[in-house]
Amino acid sequence: MVIDSGTSATGTEFSSGIPTELLGEARERASGLGPYQLAWWRLRRNRAALAFGAVFLLVLVLCLLAPVYAHDIAHTGPNDNHITQTVKVGGKLEDVVNSIGLPIGPTWHSRFFLGADTNGRDVAVRLLYGGRNSLEVGIVATLITMVLATIVGVVAGYSGGLLDGLLTRALDVIWAYPVVILGVALGAILAVSGIDVGFVKLKGSSLMVPAVVIGIVYVPYVAKPVRGQVLGLREREFIEAARVQGQGTLRIMFSELLPNVGSTVIVFVPLMLANAVLLEAGLSYLGAGVQPPNPSWGTMIADGISSIPAAIHLVLVPGIMLVLAVLSINVFGDGVRDALDPRAKIRIGR
Amino acid sequence: MRRFVVRRVAAAIGVLFVISVLTFLIFQTIPNGDPALRIGGRLATAQEIAQIRHEWGFDKPVYVQYARTMEKIFDGTVVSYTQGVNVLDEIRHGLPATLSLALGAGFIWLMLGILFGVVTAIKAGRFADRALTVLAFIGVSSPPFFLGALVIYYLGYKAGVVPLGGYVPLSQDPLQWFTHLIAPWLVLSVLFIGIYSRVLRSTLLDTLGEDYVRTARAKGISERRVLARHVLRNSLIPIISLWGLDFAQVIGGGAILTESVFSLHGVGQFAAESIGRLDLPPILVVTMLTAFAVVLLSAIVDILYAVLDPRIRLSG
Repeated sequence: MVIDSGTSATGTEFSSGIPTELLGEARERASGLGPYQLAWWRLRRNRAALAFGAVFLLVLVLCLLAPVYAHDIAHTGPNDNHITQTVKVGGKLEDVVNSIGLPIGPTWHSRFFLGADTNGRDVAVRLLYGGRNSLEVGIVATLITMVLATIVGVVAGYSGGLLDGLLTRALDVIWAYPVVILGVALGAILAVSGIDVGFVKLKGSSLMVPAVVIGIVYVPYVAKPVRGQVLGLREREFIEAARVQGQGTLRIMFSELLPNVGSTVIVFVPLMLANAVLLEAGLSYLGAGVQPPNPSWGTMIADGISSIPAAIHLVLVPGIMLVLAVLSINVFGDGVRDALDPRAKIRIGR
Repeated sequence: MRRFVVRRVAAAIGVLFVISVLTFLIFQTIPNGDPALRIGGRLATAQEIAQIRHEWGFDKPVYVQYARTMEKIFDGTVVSYTQGVNVLDEIRHGLPATLSLALGAGFIWLMLGILFGVVTAIKAGRFADRALTVLAFIGVSSPPFFLGALVIYYLGYKAGVVPLGGYVPLSQDPLQWFTHLIAPWLVLSVLFIGIYSRVLRSTLLDTLGEDYVRTARAKGISERRVLARHVLRNSLIPIISLWGLDFAQVIGGGAILTESVFSLHGVGQFAAESIGRLDLPPILVVTMLTAFAVVLLSAIVDILYAVLDPRIRLSG
């Protein structure tokens, strides 16, 4: 959640004390690679990060193909009930949901590949549709967080004085709320009322409601480190030079400061995406995220928990998928962090 | 320095005030959220609703309602809208479970986080580092309610090693208290151990490359002493401040997911249930409690930072 927001890595500058392991890279830098090219070169060599990045892409593509799977393979929709029907498993017919309400487990066939839930819905179909919802909420939330946090962080850090004080207080207010309680409170309220602020109108059941809630909740986590870094950069000679040259405040913020906090911001993107997907699951578990019957990994796990100990596959299937997706984002994100941080000494996966 | 402390404390009080106002506004003035309707129930007539609205003061201006509610919170008579119970009594009732959870888990995650962080940094690139790193990644990627459900199913229902949830007071039966809490402690700790060990590993590796560490080694100080006195001491500062904030959140009911999945009936679960009923008074009190804990500890951390690191400008 919190990366060392240290003053060390500005991404565009090397410290003078390059350790011996990096001499090879230093030579390469001399060959004219820019900092982001160098980072890309490092990331390409990090096989663990790339592998997990590929896993995430695979999960994403599978979830995007949910309608294809539902229509052509499972022949059912995510909210279709089959509670009174039967399915053929190994030559004999079995109830989708038996007489005491127990749903069928994984059949490993095209119909009910991963079993059914207590409403007789196809778990595999819901898993993919749920993943699409979870990832959509996560991605939109991350975009909201990154844009707001970067603006707030740079403006607060550079302007100082009253504006900084106000923005920092505003961040403190959000920060002081426990993430889950704030998210759940806002989510529960907005799921009832929807969002209606001027040009933005959202129904309570819209996926964008949890996305907005999560996006706002995480702003301080990124804005604070960005502000901290800008506070340090503000005193540096190159900013002073820009000021002496007569550059305006906005120009200094965007063309001098923004590129220097760029690597910090990029490092936070996968981290925030992972946290956003996790928080969506938490909110949905408490009934304040994605609203039923719309599936998401969180709502599916919540449904599954209420049917423990009868049908553990209802917990395992969405849970493992969720952990796999978040894990792959995290490992890839760590690779990105290592690639962008010139002072990181030893990386995994080399 | 004194001016800094005074200003920091004043700011903290300001944050608490704003939080209480915001929470009040969010929950009192939203559409469809009319508490009178919920108190009256589905069968209430329009007249009865109007009566309730008058009795509870919902027909007064918002700032009057706010002032009244805050007054009730501070003299301890605040009552839940939908359950009719005294909120402070309920919180007092849930606090032992929440405190037990926070103290045990906080201890476990701090100790294991530091241990794993140090091991992974010292053995960087080797097997121990890789194995623990994989575990840390899985830890930060697993939602506590999923882990909790797995523990309850496999260790509870299948193996019968741990209870299926619930809380037994320490004063009633210390052994039962422990067996009921061991699973929640570990499940709640997993996430934090993952975060802390990663953060500590990277700060340790950064610090190991500092000039003053090279100087210390060049002076001939033993490696163990360099690690303990020069490297670890500096690297622990961010860990301790993280711990303060996370611990504050858990005490204030922030472990809402863990408390719910293990039905500990602590402050967090009380908050979760109240949120489900859109019941303002409990939510207001719990958020203020948590915010108070977080604001207090972050003020302490900021002041400690300023004391420990004179390079930080006292302009917060």
